[in-house]
Amino acid sequence: MEIPYTVTARPDTGLWNAKVGIWLFLASEVMLFGGLFSAYIFLRLDAEPGYWPHGLLNVPVGTGNTAILIASSVTVVLAWAALKMRQFTRYKIYMGITILCGVAFLVVKLAYEWPQKFEHFGAYIKPSALEKYEPYLGNKHLLSEGLPPRVEITGHLHNHEALHDASIKDYEVGLDPIYTDPTNPKMDRPHFLYVPPTEKIAHIDKADVDRATMFLPTHNTYFATYFTITGLHGLHVLGGVIVFTYLWLPFGSRLYRQNPEHLANRVEVAGLFWHFVDLVWIFVFPLFYLL
Amino acid sequence: MDASSSVSHAAHDHHDTAHEHHELGFFRKYVFSTDHKVIGLQYLITGLIFLFLGFCLMMLMRWQLAYPGKELPVIGNLIGRMLGPGSMNNGVMTPEFYNSLGAMHGTIMIFLGIVPVAFAAFGNFVVPLQIGAPDMTFPKVNMASYQAFFVGGMIMLISFFVPGGAAKGGWTSYTPLADIADKGPGYDVIFNGQTLWLIGFILLITSSLLGAINFIATIIQLRAKGMTWMRLPFFVWAQFVTAFLLLLAFPPLESAIVMQLMDRVAGTSFFLPTGLVVNGTAVSISGGGSPLLWQHLFWFLGHPEVYVLILPGMGIVAEVIANNTRKPLWGYKSLVLAALVLGFLSFIVWAHHMWLTGMGTAVSAFFQTTTMIISIPSVIILSAFFISLWGGSIRFTVPMLFATAFLPMFGIGGLTGIPLAFNSADLYLHDTYYVIAHFHYIVAPGTIFAVFAGIYYWFPKATGRKMNDFWGKVHFWPSLICMNAIFLPMFLQGMLGMHRRWYDGGEGWTLASEKVWGLSGFHWNLPISIAAWTMGVAQIPFIINFFWSIRHGQKVGINPWEATTLEWTAPSPPPHGNFLTPPVAYRGPYEYSLPGRAKDFTMQTEPVEPNERAPHEPAMSLSH
Amino acid sequence: MNNPPTTEPVDHETEHYAHDVSKHVRGYLIVGGTLLFFTALTVFLSYVNFGTQKANVAVAMVVATIKAGLVAYIFMHLSAEKKLIYRILIFTAIFVFGLFWLIYLAWYDPVVH
Repeated sequence: MEIPYTVTARPDTGLWNAKVGIWLFLASEVMLFGGLFSAYIFLRLDAEPGYWPHGLLNVPVGTGNTAILIASSVTVVLAWAALKMRQFTRYKIYMGITILCGVAFLVVKLAYEWPQKFEHFGAYIKPSALEKYEPYLGNKHLLSEGLPPRVEITGHLHNHEALHDASIKDYEVGLDPIYTDPTNPKMDRPHFLYVPPTEKIAHIDKADVDRATMFLPTHNTYFATYFTITGLHGLHVLGGVIVFTYLWLPFGSRLYRQNPEHLANRVEVAGLFWHFVDLVWIFVFPLFYLL
Repeated sequence: MDASSSVSHAAHDHHDTAHEHHELGFFRKYVFSTDHKVIGLQYLITGLIFLFLGFCLMMLMRWQLAYPGKELPVIGNLIGRMLGPGSMNNGVMTPEFYNSLGAMHGTIMIFLGIVPVAFAAFGNFVVPLQIGAPDMTFPKVNMASYQAFFVGGMIMLISFFVPGGAAKGGWTSYTPLADIADKGPGYDVIFNGQTLWLIGFILLITSSLLGAINFIATIIQLRAKGMTWMRLPFFVWAQFVTAFLLLLAFPPLESAIVMQLMDRVAGTSFFLPTGLVVNGTAVSISGGGSPLLWQHLFWFLGHPEVYVLILPGMGIVAEVIANNTRKPLWGYKSLVLAALVLGFLSFIVWAHHMWLTGMGTAVSAFFQTTTMIISIPSVIILSAFFISLWGGSIRFTVPMLFATAFLPMFGIGGLTGIPLAFNSADLYLHDTYYVIAHFHYIVAPGTIFAVFAGIYYWFPKATGRKMNDFWGKVHFWPSLICMNAIFLPMFLQGMLGMHRRWYDGGEGWTLASEKVWGLSGFHWNLPISIAAWTMGVAQIPFIINFFWSIRHGQKVGINPWEATTLEWTAPSPPPHGNFLTPPVAYRGPYEYSLPGRAKDFTMQTEPVEPNERAPHEPAMSLSH
Repeated sequence: MNNPPTTEPVDHETEHYAHDVSKHVRGYLIVGGTLLFFTALTVFLSYVNFGTQKANVAVAMVVATIKAGLVAYIFMHLSAEKKLIYRILIFTAIFVFGLFWLIYLAWYDPVVH
């Protein structure tokens, strides 16, 4: 006996095997990201006022990456439709674009977004020293506006060696724009366009600092969740790209000649996974970039 | 394999032209096999080895509990030489090693022993046969599932040999303890006990997920013609619910494991609170995390896991009971519904493991209520099994002995859990030996007895031979007595307040000197330990019987137990593809002692005769 | 088995289906455009002050849910999917919301808050 319903549907369920399999897998993926997002909710609700940062990510780049993923979702469903209509050349083109989009997304993430964070610096000021740095923080103004306080000073670290060298007593920080003009109402909320750190230098005494690191996962729970969730999401994108490449290379042509419906089914299953990856990003994007 | 054997294979092929599939090489047939039966046996053998290993860890711990600080003769020095002085210093167990043993005993028993054997091994071997399928839906995924399990298990074993030894944070790996464990001098980012535990765990979870997807898809898609949902043997239903539990409960734990891995490797603070002080110094972390978050995500799996451990056992027991009482399983429909409700409810009771964390009253009330409710389906299942015995002409075969022993053992385990469901009672009993006794009664003489029943029951299907009855009984009776001798006194110890993780076994605890039945709480450790070691000896007949019977057991036909379900229509052992002709199911799974028949069992493949009374089959439509 | 698997697709069925698919292609492009529009919308709305941060989160989540719904319903063909898949998903949805809700409950401690 051979395994039935690998290509054609079982009459009473109306489904072929892999379709059931992939949806079950996606159900488990929902729970996986559900666990991570519930951690996000828990940690964000638990954060002290001011300790959950806003506006630290590059929104235009994030928006662009969102557009890339959406475009790839469209092309993968078009690739599937082309196979259904038995237009193999079109399938090749659409699938090629999908792979390119996936790679582009990863390149933007790994070669630009993450490194940019690794080069950014932030120092949490001790509650007792907040008064001293009031000119940078503008907390009195924020209080009068009913907004959460600022407890961190961020920017470009000029003396990198200060991170390791205990004999250096302060951090030289090229301030992010927000700290150069903290009482300006325009600075109350994050901006759309990313503005690099200014040349205005602040010296922050190490004795006044609770914790100062580059924007690494260890910096705060926000970056911990950001890197973990986008990292795991990135692994999913990578997995999708690998599967698509496999279906795009000669293997796809061979299977197409043998049984085009089987290839269409495989593309549909891989596409379902890809749409799910897109769907996760639809929630990641506003939660980390915008809010 | 050498050249001569491959030549003989080729010659064999040449002569045996009727054989449709040509013989595969040794590696393709037994190591990288995609056949569900081989994978099932791989899971079984590996799982049984791990079960025995986990038991050995416990036998070591029992020495320390019975004779705290005394040198363990011979074995102690041997282990000390193998794992370094950090384990058994001059034959005396170090506290760190004791903690490692405890944590790894739990991990190995649950995730490398019971789940692979009860769920993966029996599920793989039996489910496709019982539903009349040629194989699992995704044979390659099935192979990947076993391989992930195997590699994960190896990583867990390797962790015993890294500096500092295996994970020490308990099988629950509570944070912040587990987050900062092993982070002393000479800390290696990857090669330390806790980190390897996490990495191994990710592989085990992957394995379970792949397996669960395969099981569900197989049961939905590959049922034979006529095998409707209400004609499925109860074992298949139990595996179906179990697979759903694994599918949906494991991923949140996987996310938690990834976060703990980030905490340990990347220095994040998912589970580390602000201002954490270790050994008198503040730890350099961002803080802002929550130890409670770990507990929630852990027990979101942890509680369904309990039912992952018990449901396959119940399924096996149902098959064995129906077969040996020679009458239909009582209340098939309510059994199925109870299993479904059990699966559903098991997702919303998890915080009853966390009463001591000081959750709000509203949350406590919710979880106490759901925990009370979940005992209802469990009682339904157990009652149905008991009633099934009533009026049956019971054949006390070896599988039946284990299956009948399962019933009271599971009953004790279940009923002693009820006090723990109440917040107020649990405050006193939490983390004592009472809890140990409670859940071991469910898993050890419960599930493990069911597993033994299953092995004795399906052994003839896998090999074409029966295991020896006499040695089976020699295996059963001492095991049953020892199990009770081990776990009954633990209830007493627990009620004295003895804590489950004490390195000295309670020697220094005042209340442990209180006498119960002539012995102080502490001194009960010795008889318990002796029972545990005796139980180890009692497994020897089983091990010998198992391997001896593979080649020398009594040869039997394809249906030695005179059972009704589909697996007994396939040849023993079933060939690749299982059935010679596609089977068709005409009736329910337990048609024993139908009136007016020559024999007392009617197989599912026997068509309903025109003059036959309407077959006993509840009508219910699910998912069509 | 009850229905031996056919490796060769039945011709008239495939053609009928292909015709069906070609009708959908336009729809996929429109949905893609809609998704891009909603992305721009959510970015824009995040800079509008809805009074509290919570309100902004709620608005963004509503938009994201609409987007996710479009992806699931059209791209993932849930609009024409079988009952069985819906059953699996509804089951999963219950648990995922249970997870969120109970973690929220666990965070919310009436004694402290």
